[in-house]
Amino acid sequence: MPLLEINDLTVDFKTGSGQFRAVDGVSLSVDRGEILAIVGESGSGKSVAMLAVMGLLPWTATVSAKTLSFDGRDLLTLTPRERRKLVGKDMAMIFQEPMSSLNPCFTVGYQIGESLKVHLGLSKSERRKRSIELLEAVGIPDPERRLSAFPHQLSGGMSQRVMIAIALACRPKLIIADEPTTALDVTIQAQILELLVSLQRETDTGLVLITHDMGVVAETAERVSVHYAGQKIEEQPVGPLFADPHHPYTAALLAALPERATGKRLPSIPGVVPGQFDRPPACLFEPRCRFATDRCRTKVPPRQGAIAGFALCHYPLTHGRPIGHPHPEGREVAA
Amino acid sequence: MNAPIVLEASKLARFYSVHRGAFKPAATIKALAEASFTLEAGKTLAVVGESGCGKSTLARLVTMIEEPSEGRLVIGDTDIVTADKAALKRLRSEVQIVFQNPYGSLNPRQKILDALAEPLIINRKEMSAADRKAAVLDMLKRVGLRPEHANRYPHMFSGGQRQRIAIARALMLSPKILVLDEPVSALDVSVQAQVLNLLVELQESLGLSYLFISHGLSVVRHMADEILVMYLGRVVERAPREKLFEQPLHPYTQALLSATPMADPERQRERIRLKGELPSPFNPPRGCAFHPRCPLAFDKCRVDRPELTWHGETEVACWAVERDARVA
Amino acid sequence: MPADRVVSPLPVAKAPPGPFVAFFRDFSENRAALVGLILLSLLVFVAVFANFIAPYSPYEQFREFTRIPPAWVEGGNSAFLLGTDEIGRDMLSRLIFGARLSLFIGLSVVVASMAVGIVLGLIAAFAPGWPSIVIMRAMDVILSVPSLLLAIVIVAIIGPSLTNTIIAITVVYLPYYVRLVRASAMQEKTRDYVTAARVGGAGTLRIMFKTVLPNCMAPIIVQAALTISNAILEAAALGFLGLGAQPPSPEWGAMLASAREFLQSAPWIVTTPGVAILITVLSINLVGDGLRDALDPKMRRS
Repeated sequence: MPLLEINDLTVDFKTGSGQFRAVDGVSLSVDRGEILAIVGESGSGKSVAMLAVMGLLPWTATVSAKTLSFDGRDLLTLTPRERRKLVGKDMAMIFQEPMSSLNPCFTVGYQIGESLKVHLGLSKSERRKRSIELLEAVGIPDPERRLSAFPHQLSGGMSQRVMIAIALACRPKLIIADEPTTALDVTIQAQILELLVSLQRETDTGLVLITHDMGVVAETAERVSVHYAGQKIEEQPVGPLFADPHHPYTAALLAALPERATGKRLPSIPGVVPGQFDRPPACLFEPRCRFATDRCRTKVPPRQGAIAGFALCHYPLTHGRPIGHPHPEGREVAA
Repeated sequence: MNAPIVLEASKLARFYSVHRGAFKPAATIKALAEASFTLEAGKTLAVVGESGCGKSTLARLVTMIEEPSEGRLVIGDTDIVTADKAALKRLRSEVQIVFQNPYGSLNPRQKILDALAEPLIINRKEMSAADRKAAVLDMLKRVGLRPEHANRYPHMFSGGQRQRIAIARALMLSPKILVLDEPVSALDVSVQAQVLNLLVELQESLGLSYLFISHGLSVVRHMADEILVMYLGRVVERAPREKLFEQPLHPYTQALLSATPMADPERQRERIRLKGELPSPFNPPRGCAFHPRCPLAFDKCRVDRPELTWHGETEVACWAVERDARVA
Repeated sequence: MPADRVVSPLPVAKAPPGPFVAFFRDFSENRAALVGLILLSLLVFVAVFANFIAPYSPYEQFREFTRIPPAWVEGGNSAFLLGTDEIGRDMLSRLIFGARLSLFIGLSVVVASMAVGIVLGLIAAFAPGWPSIVIMRAMDVILSVPSLLLAIVIVAIIGPSLTNTIIAITVVYLPYYVRLVRASAMQEKTRDYVTAARVGGAGTLRIMFKTVLPNCMAPIIVQAALTISNAILEAAALGFLGLGAQPPSPEWGAMLASAREFLQSAPWIVTTPGVAILITVLSINLVGDGLRDALDPKMRRS
């Protein structure tokens, strides 16, 4: 049984101008000792889905799902009290902005000790010992002195290390890292990613890495789930995903990366991600897709099987060619 | 050098004095020191480095938002340090800037038409209102927006469209040089490609020179002709694009290249691990500023600061490179 | 391949709401603010059309009808709905014309202190060094004197009259605007769009008034709405002390003061102006709160 299982998760937000569907029928599973990356651009609902799992969404959100279970427990029927016990202990989260995720009023030692006290009930001296261990584990030099440091005395990279230490404090079974390195410099980013992966290997936890950076995905993830406008549109192991993407969006996204460019012109995706007011009726990627046909405009695309990367598409690609498409060379030729 | 030089900086420097609390003496930060480079017409010079490396300070100097503390900056054929007021005004319209954050760089209370017309109202007083409007609509078309967008406010546009508007505004005075301060790092990948394509097209059709500032190497590799790598306010390596990516000489450049994640899971490589963090600019290390993190550092690096020296087509400031060159 | 699902008919795509619609939606979410707005509009209507609405002139004395109680009380006269005062003037008419005076005072104070405050605040934000120091320290001095005391001192120096009341209260409220404008201008001027305007060649004056000021207006408007009510109260207090509008002008504070001695025998002469002040101040405050909720981006929901 997977560690985290999500089946048909939907999140709606109440906004001043009506309902907004941020997550639309997403299914995911994560095992122990596995790294799953969730990639998507802004508005893909990748963070919202994971916040829903943690139960951290504001009251304007309505969450519904067929299954939402963690470690054999049903999260949907959990009382808020039981959920609080779980979140932070067995399930931990690391956020994008390390500087604002730490409370500026308390020392590093206090903030690590807090969750040790709440969830594990350790005594003061045990907490101190474990905090030093943790800071050592995340590669902070001179940990004993750092315990009494305040967050503003730390650099961005150091703060993110402290955040990781806090996340690891209770030996969680699952870590959710939401863009953990986006705010950091390139050389620091490499250090933090390496640290996250090595700690995950050592402790055999599950790791969900939410990111928009295809480079980070390629270098850290094992399995990748690609999201677009709230839907999961493709899921594959990392190697095949980069070698043979099955959904036209994934293919276009990879082609648009400057490092994969062959000429001075990048093959860009026209248009923008649909918002609350211009949601297409059937396939959400249809207005920007070079393979779109009338069928894509009128019929909701089916979920393909594992061979086609679970692509949510009428004409999944194989080595760049759409299967079953009336004009496999694309829209230009068809017109 | 075949193309004419539009921008030349020599030993450019900018110092800030910072008050740290009431009881400490004011400290001087060298945000930028001894930066020398040239920019040719129609070319792109990229400036790469991490936070605190002085790249944003460089952008502020080149756009004349701030004055250099030392050194010479020649735009076209005029030295801005000695230029008179009229010449400065003329020069100002030759260098324009596009910022990183498209959400902060447009005035939220100004319609797009007014935002684009403003530089013309200020600098081309003889222009009639109708001509101005025509020029704005023409420019909107050029950056891929529709004429009806002119009467909208910035909040009605997506990030990519805002960046197009920011580019359009920068081009209204037909500048020769465009400073691009991380123009795509706040955008999504699919939109980033659109904006990069637009920049390439504009450069070709208008013959613009770009000073492209970035922290990421993959975008730079796509755009730049020549690259400056900076660390803690100083240029550590300067090379043509191909040379820099194929044969990076400075250990910092090598580390930066190896740390940049590549969208290729098959890539096997040896990571160069950098120890530690960026040093504080208040208290930069003695000798070579990079030595505390450098895998190649030896005694000399801790005492003397290396100067830029030529190695083939590359200029690099590193004692280890120099020692190896002598041995070879 | 699973069977294709057919799309349910698409709901008509709604356009995102315009800024004014969004503002009004946020404003009317606050019920109390809506009530305040209705009350305030009524007051403004009454004040503007006082000449047509008021049954009598506020100065006309009906000698034979002094101290008539309101119509619904025993001994009342249906010709004088709210009764008459000690020299036989119709209370209702005086209150209606008083509304005009009070709203005029409130509005002029706000306009004057806002205009001067914006100029001084922008100068303080854009001219570091001595102009900023002089302006801000002067404001600190004004703030350190109790507001009513300061108003009394100013009126005592320049003499009691309606205009001088307005001037005095304007000075009292000036520091709030100067500080507010300076703080938000300092924050706005570091934003990229200001730098972009500067690179585009805009001079300091243009940046102060055309680029930065429109973006600082929201908190200033909220402050203005909240100042009107305070200004009305302050003017009433000065009138009550005999330093504001002079009798026989139907200013509410002055009316209160002249009726003081009849508190026992003819309580309506005292209570009606008091209630009028209360309703006016309350409705303006409610509208001000609603404005703050709708305009303050920090309180704004997604």
